[in-house]
Amino acid sequence: MAGVPDRKRLMAEITYLEALREALVEEMERDENVFCMGEDIGAYGGAFKVTEGLVSRFGEARVIDTPISETGIVGAAAGAGHMGMRPVVEMQFIDFIANAYDILTNYVATARYRAFLPCPMVVRGPSGGYVRGGPFHSQNPEAGFIHTPGLKVVYPATAEDAKGLMKSAIRDDDCVLFFEHKYLYRRIKGEMPQGDHVVPIGKARIAREGRDVSIITYAAPVWKALEAAEQLDAEDGLSVEVLDLRTLAPLDDEAIFATVRKTNRVLVLHEDTRTGGIAGEITARINESCFEWLDAPVLRVTAHDIPLPYAPALEDFVLPQTSDIVRAVRRLAAY
Amino acid sequence: MAKRKGTGNREPRTGATGGNGRASATTAREPHGSRFPVPGSQSASARASATLTRAQKLDLYYWMRLTRSLEERLVALYRQTKVVGGLFRSLGQEADAVGSAYALERRDILSPLIRNLGSMLVKGATPLEILRQYMAKGDSPTRGRELNIHFGDTNRGFIGQISPLGDMVPVMAGVTMTFKMRRQDRIGLVYVGDGATSTGAFHEGFNFAAVQRLPLVVIVENNGYAYSTPIEKQTAARQFVDKAIGYGVEGLQADGNDVLAVYDVTKQAVDRARGGGGVTLIELMTYRRKGHAEHDNQSYVPPGEIERWAAENDPIDRYLVVMREELGATDDEIAAIDARVAHEVDAATDEAEKSAPPEPLDALIGVYADPPRERPLWFREGTERAVDVNERAEGWGTWQASRTGSA
Repeated sequence: MAGVPDRKRLMAEITYLEALREALVEEMERDENVFCMGEDIGAYGGAFKVTEGLVSRFGEARVIDTPISETGIVGAAAGAGHMGMRPVVEMQFIDFIANAYDILTNYVATARYRAFLPCPMVVRGPSGGYVRGGPFHSQNPEAGFIHTPGLKVVYPATAEDAKGLMKSAIRDDDCVLFFEHKYLYRRIKGEMPQGDHVVPIGKARIAREGRDVSIITYAAPVWKALEAAEQLDAEDGLSVEVLDLRTLAPLDDEAIFATVRKTNRVLVLHEDTRTGGIAGEITARINESCFEWLDAPVLRVTAHDIPLPYAPALEDFVLPQTSDIVRAVRRLAAY
Repeated sequence: MAKRKGTGNREPRTGATGGNGRASATTAREPHGSRFPVPGSQSASARASATLTRAQKLDLYYWMRLTRSLEERLVALYRQTKVVGGLFRSLGQEADAVGSAYALERRDILSPLIRNLGSMLVKGATPLEILRQYMAKGDSPTRGRELNIHFGDTNRGFIGQISPLGDMVPVMAGVTMTFKMRRQDRIGLVYVGDGATSTGAFHEGFNFAAVQRLPLVVIVENNGYAYSTPIEKQTAARQFVDKAIGYGVEGLQADGNDVLAVYDVTKQAVDRARGGGGVTLIELMTYRRKGHAEHDNQSYVPPGEIERWAAENDPIDRYLVVMREELGATDDEIAAIDARVAHEVDAATDEAEKSAPPEPLDALIGVYADPPRERPLWFREGTERAVDVNERAEGWGTWQASRTGSA
């Protein structure tokens, strides 16, 4: 219709990274108790510029440049959370969350249970590989935290979910670990729904409908799974369903079991290492609850149990690739 | 110049200073571009405790006596296996806990250590709560979830510690950061022991609080031992107060067994924090006369050391001298306080013994705000009492299966 602007052009697409920033800005404007803390997040805007512009907008009292002290700032966030604040703490790289493991698992995760102390706080940071970051700028340490009762863990794959889950995480009354995939920061875009866009924690999303085989995954591998699904459709005529978990703690059992009952053949895919990874937990849950629905053993495609190396030839070999997914799905379909 | 004591020295410093022990300040070197006032420029000469009323000074004795009597009662209950976990004493450290907490206002928040029962009592924790907590009762402050004095109440102004030492320093940095952000006239106090100063959490929390100039007082209780480890194996520093220099804050040191000296030094740091002067590190010199916990036989302590401290430097004995000589307290007055304490401890014990253990299903409530309750796993459904009867090892801790065997 003449004169009606194209909605796409009116609602410009923004990147995954910009979506995160938009969520932070909206929540800081909505609630004066929300503030940000982290290393180099103020004047510099953060190592990846997620918090760029925040300090000029909200001031140094609400966008705090801290010493290099992951334990110190996560602990301080807990204390501020007890007093009614809603801190958002940045790990410059999520690899460094290991430095705060004690205070997150011993203090923060137990606070509500043992002492009735709320810790409404978000610990967020750039995660994941495929970026030639080497052993300390590429990790996916989420499995170490889903094992700890008291923490919530989210890991979005799309720009829309990055924004909507961040807003939910900030409003959540418990501590949410927010993994942001750095490979996706500037590579993918999305159109933000209008208004107060909130995505609930604990709900998975069907990224692609299918009938023959299910791929259960999250974060950057969602895109690899979609790529593999296209290829399998074109070359094999297979209809692959892709379930994007979005939240890893608590897991959306209902969505997992629904896709198992639908296709009866399941691949669990993640970028994290294999042993003790979330794929094992998902497989165990399927085994306990959906055993009679399975037409094939649940398979895993994961990284090798190797610290992530730097050289492209090495990193690409260690991390799961689209060709691995295609191969695994073919095996499931043929079983 | 005052004699500087190495940390290795655990000789009791006796009542020669009596109630007149003075805090000594070490001077933090002025950093470049510092906004710090020059340390030592403020008057430390006027004793804050001089403004306490006689009734308040008698109050200090009451809290110290209550701490000791309550712990003695807990020992009896422990020996009767009614305290089902470990028991931690603060014998000989009552002045350190009571005198420091007494320098806070009601609106201020402290985070105690395992030997700060006295601080918690001053802040409003009750003997009944302590007894129920130690006896793992269902109506204990943590509903049976935590042990000993690990509990808190932000309304009364104390936040419970956790066992990993040093972690409460960053947490209290966050609490006091909130006071500062909201421009509230409130300060925080966090206790650490000599051992906790070696942790990363202590360093990170302390440094962050110092950089942010938060209204926080950090008390290092130097009681000679971290479990069995003596201070000379804990640090190469000559004294813990020296660490203040590295953080760019004022450091104060005082005789931790002199309740008025503890009050004075803490009040000085509290006033400084309240006035926007930032963090102060206080080292209180004291001595742990009991083991790490009741099971610890203290075989690592040199012979005679404990006895010497008990005979020459007991904080309550020392304060009794002050009360008699400086406050003119009579034997009748002191006996009346002792009787009040004894009555309160007896009444609380009777009350606590009546309480039931927690309902097993209560274990599944409240890990998250939402969902409120975890579902029992299928193999636990309807069997929760049987777990107590059948699966609890006889030799585990002080638990006795026979006590619940009829359930």
